Amino acid sequence: MASAMVNVPERARRGQVIEIKALIAHPMETGYRRTQLGERIPRDIVRRFVCTYNGAEIIRAELHPAIAANPFFAFSTVATESGTIEFHWTGDNGFTATESAALVVE
Amino acid sequence: MADALLTSAAGAMRQGTSRRDFLWAAAGAAAGLAFVVAVRPARATPASMQAAIDKIAGAARVDSGKVTIELPPLVENGNAVPLAVRVDSPMTEADRVRAVHVFTEKNPQPDVVSVYFGPRAGRASVATRIRLADTQTVVAIAELADGSFWSARADVVVTLAACLEEP
Repeated sequence: MASAMVNVPERARRGQVIEIKALIAHPMETGYRRTQLGERIPRDIVRRFVCTYNGAEIIRAELHPAIAANPFFAFSTVATESGTIEFHWTGDNGFTATESAALVVE
Repeated sequence: MADALLTSAAGAMRQGTSRRDFLWAAAGAAAGLAFVVAVRPARATPASMQAAIDKIAGAARVDSGKVTIELPPLVENGNAVPLAVRVDSPMTEADRVRAVHVFTEKNPQPDVVSVYFGPRAGRASVATRIRLADTQTVVAIAELADGSFWSARADVVVTLAACLEEP
């Protein structure tokens, strides 16, 4: 099981812009490296990251091998209503991971 | 081509041609070889980066402005370089940023990341960490809802390149 770390403020005022951070543990093997015997190490990356707020998309990212290991994203949303913020990662070799965080808007 | 030149040079020697002619033929062969090596780049080039940008922007003009790249000018370790891209936009229903695309010039492939801002996006800004294989230029392109494209570039010096370490 992949371990994900997300950072969402617990509470926010209505209309406030809040910062969200998300990190997933993943080697992001580029597919360009070789072992000492010269064999190419096959690509194994996270290809897509989606973050939704009560079902509506905040951001969607398409990743390439140039993203560093343990992909990290920081972005923002406007707190309009209480609800859940969900994070989904999908990648090579059937990789999937999901995380969610609750947000209370006052 | 290089082989042919060498053969002709060897042939010329057999026929008793002067040493000078032989040297000229050998120099020609070396130049031919250098040309063959030069036309085969092993990594992304400014041209392939431009091709990747054209694939996103199509025929639309890409103006410079509105976009800010935050990237350290000197990087010690290319394996994880903090990158932030901000776009000057109110992010209202009508005037918003649809996507931000990041490209590099000298990584093995030009694409780095494409970020699409959904209806819930707050500010048009995103931060992540990228790999840089060499000292090069990083380009960010913003795609606005009105169909216009804006760009910014940042030059970065990398002392330890990504992708070189043994696993």
